[in-house]
Amino acid sequence: MLEVSGITQIFGGVTALNAVSFSIRKGDITGVIGPNGAGKTTLFNIITGIYTQTAGTVSLEGKDVTGLTPDKLARRAMVRTFQNIELFGAMTVLENVMVGMHTKSSSGLLACALKMPWSIAEERRIRAGALKWLEFTGILDLAEQTAGSLPFGKGRLLEIARALAVEPRIILMDEPAAGLNSQETLGLATLITRIRDLDITVVLVEHDMELVMDICDRIVVLNLGTKLAEGTPREIQESPEVIAAYLGDDD
Amino acid sequence: MQFDQLLQYTLSGLSTGAIYALIGIGFSIIYNATGIINFAQGEFVMLGGLLTLSSLELLKLPLWAAIPCSVAFSTLVGILFERLAIRPLKQPTPINLVIITIGGSILIRGLAMLVWGKDTHAIPPFSGDTPIAVGGATILPQHLWILAITVVIIIINKIYFYHTISGKAMRACAYNRRAAGLVGIDVRRMVLFSFIISSAMGAVAGIIVAPLTMTAYDVGVMLGLKGFCAAIIGGMSSGISTVIGGLILGVLESLGAGLISSGYKDAIAFIILLLILFIRPQGLFGKADSERV
Repeated sequence: MLEVSGITQIFGGVTALNAVSFSIRKGDITGVIGPNGAGKTTLFNIITGIYTQTAGTVSLEGKDVTGLTPDKLARRAMVRTFQNIELFGAMTVLENVMVGMHTKSSSGLLACALKMPWSIAEERRIRAGALKWLEFTGILDLAEQTAGSLPFGKGRLLEIARALAVEPRIILMDEPAAGLNSQETLGLATLITRIRDLDITVVLVEHDMELVMDICDRIVVLNLGTKLAEGTPREIQESPEVIAAYLGDDD
Repeated sequence: MQFDQLLQYTLSGLSTGAIYALIGIGFSIIYNATGIINFAQGEFVMLGGLLTLSSLELLKLPLWAAIPCSVAFSTLVGILFERLAIRPLKQPTPINLVIITIGGSILIRGLAMLVWGKDTHAIPPFSGDTPIAVGGATILPQHLWILAITVVIIIINKIYFYHTISGKAMRACAYNRRAAGLVGIDVRRMVLFSFIISSAMGAVAGIIVAPLTMTAYDVGVMLGLKGFCAAIIGGMSSGISTVIGGLILGVLESLGAGLISSGYKDAIAFIILLLILFIRPQGLFGKADSERV
């Protein structure tokens, strides 16, 4: 599904990532974990086209997508969410999700100008689709509220709903549980598995180990910019290198 | 001071204000999509008027055909401007972009001077110039055209931004460009759209005002600055606040010119601009971060 090979990122004199390679299988929930400063977010930013890496390639569904901008990647069915949620604050919750369905719309500016009524009909169709995603993420009752007024946990759900509206085949989430209380985290875990059940591949960077161990099918561990280990949650929990990296090595 | 006179000044101020509002919305749309102040906005106002003139005189088109023809050509200039001057920029910092728009404005104005000369030109009013009495004041049919066309354009604008998906995508760019890119919006295409809409609106403003004020290669400078002023009063919103900003500016200008001295007409606009920037930089109606589109 997603293939990352030899990703190296050098910021000034600092090597943030050093030849990181791994592949993500279709239909899995894959967790990317590692101590602070391991390069997880940098890796995400490279995969999703926000940074351009010093070296290495990213391929999506067998096609090289290295260096494509986020909007092109979204059109190739890869979306992401942010640790600090990025919403269109002054628009309503519903409108945020509708904008997510923009790529599915055929009404450009000219079409709007020439066939205004038709555009409005399409808008109605998109509105119905957007409501479906709000229902899926459980925030349907907030549809008409301004996105900027949402509490953090609901904002995160909205960001996920908007990402799903793009109809991705793969979704990358940067610390989806950050800032959520334990109740919300539980809800999130269920939501993520339901997303996978829609046949959407999920990749998440996460610090909440309980969440990662519970829902992930596979885990990739980064430490100081290199890949330390890769495997099932059980394998990772038992890996001596990982334990050393997290708890410190006595030797 | 008689009531009739006040009414007269207010009415003519409203129609000038409507023009400022249209130009101001043009500024806001580009500002919201790109974060730049397009100082070439006034030149599209000039092009609208002068291209209509040429369509009438050279192409011998009737007025109803000359107007869309002129809007189309002005829009084409807007597209070329975005493609050739804005998009190729490798490091589009706001200051670079602003300077480019100033350069573009001087270029367009210079070319217009070569094409149309330095003379002032007149366009015939849309439906005669028999004054209409309103209370004790009189207005020209052209004033009504200006008000009506402005209202129609603002309504279309509203429908586009709030009831079509493309318009929503454009608003999304204004609120959060990064997130807009992430959901698959081609932000650069939206920038082009914003130039298309703004240049077309500027051209319309230039066309409807030309029968009243005449037009020349350099009318864009002053009209552009007044439109900018309206946008600042409205807090760079492309909605109703900029319209109100334009109307307030138009009426104050007209009252000032009538009651104090017509020599202060332009000074009034810039005093208002400075006061707003000093006291309420977020616009007259804005909260600290108000809705901008």
